Amino acid sequence: MSMLDTAWSPAARKTLLTPILANNPIAVQVLGICSALAVTTRMDKAIVMGIGVTLVAMLANLAVSLVRNHTPNSIRIIVQLAIIASLVIMVDQILKAYLYELSLELSVFVGLIITNCIVMGRAEGYAMQNPPWPSLLDGVGNGLGYALVLILVAFVRELTGAGKVLGFTVLPLAQDGGWYVGNGLMLLAPSALFIVALLIWALRTWMPELQEKD
Amino acid sequence: MEHFANLFVRAVFLENMALAFFLGMCSFLACSKKVETALGLGVAVVFVQVLTVPLNNLILRYLLAEGALGWISPAFASIDLTFLAFILFISTIAAAVQVVEMAIERFAPGLYSTLGVFLPLIAVNCVILAGSLFMQERDYTFAESVVFGAGSGLGFAIAIVAMAAVREKMRYSHVPDGLKGLGITFVTAGLMSLAFMMFSGIQL
Amino acid sequence: MADRESTRYTIGFAAVVCVVCALVVAVAAVGLRSQQEANALAFRQKNVLLAAGLVEPDETRSDRELEQLFDRHVETRLVELESGRYEEGGRIDPRTYNQRRARNDPALSRAAPPNEAKVARLPTYGGVFLIRDGTGDKTVRQVVLPIEGIGMWGTIYGLLAVDRDGKTIRGLTFYDQKETPGLGGEISNPKWQALWVGRHAFDANWTPKLTVIKGRAGPPEQDPHRVDAISGATITSNAVSRLIGFWLSDAGYGPYLRRFREGGNG
Repeated sequence: MSMLDTAWSPAARKTLLTPILANNPIAVQVLGICSALAVTTRMDKAIVMGIGVTLVAMLANLAVSLVRNHTPNSIRIIVQLAIIASLVIMVDQILKAYLYELSLELSVFVGLIITNCIVMGRAEGYAMQNPPWPSLLDGVGNGLGYALVLILVAFVRELTGAGKVLGFTVLPLAQDGGWYVGNGLMLLAPSALFIVALLIWALRTWMPELQEKD
Repeated sequence: MEHFANLFVRAVFLENMALAFFLGMCSFLACSKKVETALGLGVAVVFVQVLTVPLNNLILRYLLAEGALGWISPAFASIDLTFLAFILFISTIAAAVQVVEMAIERFAPGLYSTLGVFLPLIAVNCVILAGSLFMQERDYTFAESVVFGAGSGLGFAIAIVAMAAVREKMRYSHVPDGLKGLGITFVTAGLMSLAFMMFSGIQL
Repeated sequence: MADRESTRYTIGFAAVVCVVCALVVAVAAVGLRSQQEANALAFRQKNVLLAAGLVEPDETRSDRELEQLFDRHVETRLVELESGRYEEGGRIDPRTYNQRRARNDPALSRAAPPNEAKVARLPTYGGVFLIRDGTGDKTVRQVVLPIEGIGMWGTIYGLLAVDRDGKTIRGLTFYDQKETPGLGGEISNPKWQALWVGRHAFDANWTPKLTVIKGRAGPPEQDPHRVDAISGATITSNAVSRLIGFWLSDAGYGPYLRRFREGGNG
């Protein structure tokens, strides 16, 4: 079997794809919601945040996996934190250099990727036990799963709250002379929680095996 | 004094870490099944927050900020190391949590058995890191950072205990299957967050 | 391989991780610094041009065009707020002067007198942007002043353009605010900012007089001292009118504006 076949084997594809839907980190594993909700008022913020987390998760998983057989058990958490923090600093610096105005709006939330449970959780839970390539795919998969939920929530909030999609006016607002009266609740933070709750409800009705028994 | 009281009230209610910024949501959702657990985590967060925010304030002020190294030698006065803030903050937090954990275990075994399990969790709790990052973004002085640390920690503690109380009662309600557990908790958190918004605009 | 759990190995490993991480971080930070500083400068230039009405809010221009426009029309100066005189010593470069940082530096600031805008500290020097028509004519057409104050959720930062008569508002922008989106956040809406244009900041005795009202204010010619508040955002609207009042008062740019309108170009 050639390198390429191994790299894209069904198992590898599964590693990449499961976290995007069936085992979505936000909707199913309840990870990484912390920073997710404050950045979903606009789609551009959500997309940038999603890319940032995907990049960090991918590279952190790769790096942690590469050194997994050399890492002393007693300091493994702090080693993971150091790797993740360095990557987040890199992302933050890149944002400040190339997407300055967006970086001002994301403010502390870029830094909070460090404590995003997805990144830490995948590094500790997956990359510590698996070889580099599957770890990288796992990171990308989880990052994309996170990004997907973020973008979905942001889409609903931006459209119903501000009448826009990605900054382009779709429903002209009354205060700008249009006909659509924006739903103020959607611009406020709690709406994100309601939308995620509805998403979870929909997902769990579709896949009843995910339902919680109390 | 008025200024500090205002800052404290803002940190507890208006800028509630859990309900206004949705930080620490993972533990907010995971540890809010019982009031007792929630209280334990809440106390631990206040404790660590009061310790780490001022500590990170000192680090920022005397090591990282532009010109901060001037006290060592004027030659260092132009160095700006703020880009290292993330990594130093998180290390301080991890170290502080570790030290606190060991100290409690050694000197207060009773407290350790109730609080101890939460401490490792806290090192990666967004609330703690966010406290330090907000402190940096808003340029708090040392005194302000103590007040802000206490306020933001207390705000989180109040929110999580309230959440746990609601969830304990909710066991007797009939919730649609798909919403059970996580879903309904999200909705509850959303409603609580709306309720907390009534505090907005309060200034002492 | 050495024993993975031995103290010596652990310390060695930690050291290696530190060095590698430090290298990555340092390369990213140092390599991108000039780009970041250029961004910060371009951001400020763009907002000054917006406040002065030299760029329209929905216009997209490259950073380069903005820089050329800025260089042609705008002169950046520093003013000692208390006396209202230009800073002539040349000790501080106005182009890189960071007013927000100076405000927190005890050597470059002082405690502000009690005020309604809840401004706690005042910088010794305030930046001013002198706007000319760009044809080589030396007359200053308007002056753009940085303003700030506490809103409902946090500090609001903006720029206010004042005509050379020293009282007519020529433009207003807010570039950094954390007000409630959809309500107080509407202070960033160019439509609302446009309501301020043409109003008079001072009455006949040169006391700051400009307030927001609930309901509808008339056109600037008939109703020069009042602006519509944003409905549902009374606190933010009041905060905006207070912070403008504060920066135009004697505690803020008042002394400078007096010199500016009396001496022509200040």
